[in-house]
Amino acid sequence: MPNMSPKKVEMPVQEPEVRIQNFEEVAIGYTPEMAKEEAERCLHCAHKPCVQGCPVNVNIPDFIQQVKEGDLEEAYRIISLTSSLPAVCGRVCPQESQCEKYCVRGIKTEAVAIGRLERFVADTHRKENDAPLERPISNGHKVAVVGAGPAGLTAAGDLAKMGYEVTVFEALHVAGGVLMYGIPEFRLPKEIVQAEIKHLEELGVDIVTNFVVGRSDTIDSLIDDGFEAIFIGSGAGLPNFMNMPGENLKGVYSANEFLTRINLMKAYVPGSPTPIQNPKRTVVIGGGNVAMDAARCARRLGSEVHIVYRRSLEELPARKEEVEHAMEEGIIFDLLCNPVQVIGDEEGWVKQVECVRMELGEPDASGRRRPIEIANSNFLIDADCMIMAIGTSPNPLIRHTTQGLEVNRRGCLIVDDQEMTSREGIYAGGDAVTGAATVISAMGAGKKGAQSIDAYIKARSNS
Amino acid sequence: MYTILKKEILNPTVTKMVIQAPNVAKRAKAGQFIILRVDEQGERIPLTIADADPETGEVSIIYQIVGKTTMALNQKQEGEALQDFVGPLGQPSEIEGERVCVIGGGVGCAIAYPTAKAFHHAGSEVSTIVGFRNQDLVILEDEFKEVSDHYYLMSDDGSVGEKGLVTNKLEELIQNGVQFDKVIAIGPVIMMKFVCEVTKKYNIPTVVSMNPIMIDGTGMCGGCRLKVGDEIKFACVDGPDFDGHLVDFDEAMSRNRAYASFEKHERDEFCNLLNQEVH
Ligand SMILES: Cc1cc2nc3c(=O)[nH]c(=O)nc-3n(C[C@H](O)[C@H](O)[C@H](O)COP(=O)(O)OP(=O)(O)OC[C@H]3O[C@@H](n4cnc5c(N)ncnc54)[C@H](O)[C@@H]3O)c2cc1C
Ligand SMILES: Cc1cc2nc3c(=O)[nH]c(=O)nc-3n(C[C@H](O)[C@H](O)[C@H](O)COP(=O)(O)OP(=O)(O)OC[C@H]3O[C@@H](n4cnc5c(N)ncnc54)[C@H](O)[C@@H]3O)c2cc1C
Ligand code: SF4
Ligand code: SF4
Ligand code: FES
Ligand SMILES: [Mg+2]
Repeated sequence: MPNMSPKKVEMPVQEPEVRIQNFEEVAIGYTPEMAKEEAERCLHCAHKPCVQGCPVNVNIPDFIQQVKEGDLEEAYRIISLTSSLPAVCGRVCPQESQCEKYCVRGIKTEAVAIGRLERFVADTHRKENDAPLERPISNGHKVAVVGAGPAGLTAAGDLAKMGYEVTVFEALHVAGGVLMYGIPEFRLPKEIVQAEIKHLEELGVDIVTNFVVGRSDTIDSLIDDGFEAIFIGSGAGLPNFMNMPGENLKGVYSANEFLTRINLMKAYVPGSPTPIQNPKRTVVIGGGNVAMDAARCARRLGSEVHIVYRRSLEELPARKEEVEHAMEEGIIFDLLCNPVQVIGDEEGWVKQVECVRMELGEPDASGRRRPIEIANSNFLIDADCMIMAIGTSPNPLIRHTTQGLEVNRRGCLIVDDQEMTSREGIYAGGDAVTGAATVISAMGAGKKGAQSIDAYIKARSNS
Repeated sequence: MYTILKKEILNPTVTKMVIQAPNVAKRAKAGQFIILRVDEQGERIPLTIADADPETGEVSIIYQIVGKTTMALNQKQEGEALQDFVGPLGQPSEIEGERVCVIGGGVGCAIAYPTAKAFHHAGSEVSTIVGFRNQDLVILEDEFKEVSDHYYLMSDDGSVGEKGLVTNKLEELIQNGVQFDKVIAIGPVIMMKFVCEVTKKYNIPTVVSMNPIMIDGTGMCGGCRLKVGDEIKFACVDGPDFDGHLVDFDEAMSRNRAYASFEKHERDEFCNLLNQEVH
């Protein structure tokens, strides 16, 4: 008899008053009892509607069945068949718009907590059964991967398992991409990311950090060095600004800068040589995951925080859980507002943000109602810090230094249905191709890229 | 890790290091820089590539000891290693002009030297004007002389060379009829600003090398942004060289001071720590 409770088993969390004083993980994770109870809510539907919602088609009913039966290793094995970062995706996937959106239990009540169960399975595996992986026998073919984010790491792992000799070139001093520099510790502990990277190294993947492709060396010279194929997973890390007056005042950050100082450089740790402002009143512009992360980091630095978003609560693109957590943490949502200029003090610091109120008009191309300025509705918010979280674009460095790589209007690399770019043997995937998207879609692209590269190299060596 | 092959004290506050970094040396050009971290908890700081040899994989940096990270760097000795060292970053300087004037101020000379050298090797006639506060701070004198057709040394107090500012010498040369195709000014932002005020009067194209606060150096954070004409530029990818007649120097100076009180605190702490170790 399944558990017919209308609600998910609640996730234990650090209380809001406590967690805004630290950077430790907010959600503590299910106990084995909670996991089993939640797993019992799954009906093991024969037509598996939830699976179609997952970009990599994790076999959800089967892994949950193993949780019910208590065979967590088998559950882990099932998830690993299609996902290479389950501990990460269980935490950061926007489940409500992916797998859980299609769960039959979700029609009348709450969906099965697929993400939480995935996280539980992966965490248990990491704690109890994390033996080093065996290094596969080399097939003698060399492949290069550019960028060590979820797309690049997944491609590297899959290729290494097939026997390729893989070198990953990463611009920063650590691998992980956004998982290390963007998503904060309290949502995704860095230790989990590093555990995954350690496994790649066990598989023989050579991770070369401090190597900026396009500067330290070009794609073409990597090919000359004997790499038979290349996978570009360089992400979409170029921050957008609004080009409004006052945006260069001190105290105005891109979300990337603010988050990098905090997550990558650990500026919040006392004694850290990397500085970060200690804001008193922060205005965050934007409504996505990045805005929520920036806001919640600022809150943990002791600031009062306002999120300024030009649409309404319904259109907020961030994960639902992140919005709820942000609200619990006392972050103030100034919805249907947009900044028009930043006003500074005599010393060149942000003093106020001038905003205008918005209303929603007709739906635009994206299907969302278009925000329109209300005339003469300007008002001021006092602030000493402002964080721009209005999106990012692919960094142009690689396309500027590589002949023949085609990009679209937004600077995203164009690929065919095999993830191959306009240059033979050069593949790409993740945010570099789609623009800012999700971890799981980047991972999916990495998997597909690895398969295509395998087919490409095999075809070449047979001819 | 990146081994320190050689450490040379150039003056009481300026040190040169030669680092083993083949990935940087391979493609380094004048005007480009690296970003380093001294140790695992270290911050990322940019320093110009003073010299690089693709054959040996050696890269030279010349740094002024100004705060916590440069102090920590200076604690390192030959044979020890730096945690991270990435580059070459930024756009190489454009080495074009028959008759150019390279102006270096203080430790900016470390950045100006590879540029002067590149012009010299490209066959330009190079006039170099360098300025220091006093005699004790002079660096790279022999090196500059070797690559300059004319070398002018200025000091604030007259203890060495001529007494006066680099802008005095520049204006004097121009008034004496020397015609420069281009002026390249590298040093404190305030110096570059005043050089540009002079060259604007005479309509001489002027390139400045900007030094905003950086983190990644790859265009990812936007912290290094500058106003150049009507545009916003990221110094780490679009620069660090810019048309000096378009740069908003006042804004750049203000942004460079964003963490001044934090930096002072860190510097004091570090000095305390060093003193404790000594006593
Ligand atoms: C703050 C924030 C929060 C997010 N929250 C979520 C979330 O909750 N759920 C979710 O699913 N998604 C989230 N995302 C989106 C998700 O993180 C990205 O879609 C995903 O990381 C993209 O993966 P990627 O591998 O394509 O690129 P990235 O993760 O961006 O990795 C690219 C890597 O390539 C490196 N690189 C770039 N250029 C070069 C070069 N020239 N040479 C060498 N290396 C290079 C970069 O340094 C980086 O390490 C968030 C993003 C941000 C910024
Ligand atoms: C492209 C570029 C090339 C440079 N080349 C040289 C060089 O060849 N030799 C040299 O001595 N200096 C150079 N600098 C300046 C050097 O980076 C700073 O002096 C150094 O970061 C100071 O670090 P600190 O912790 O010792 O001092 P702090 O006390 O932390 O800072 C002192 C001052 O240095 C500047 N600064 C601090 N942190 C950074 C940072 N992350 N990035 C840039 N500037 C910062 C600020 O203006 C600050 O007020 C260069 C800067 C840039 C941007
Ligand atoms: S990977 Fe993400 S979308 Fe797929 S099942 Fe897991 S949580 Fe859901
Ligand atoms: S749709 Fe929901 S109930 Fe059905 S198998 Fe998937 S998770 Fe279980
Ligand atoms: S240093 Fe981050 S964009 Fe230039
Ligand atoms: Mg410092």
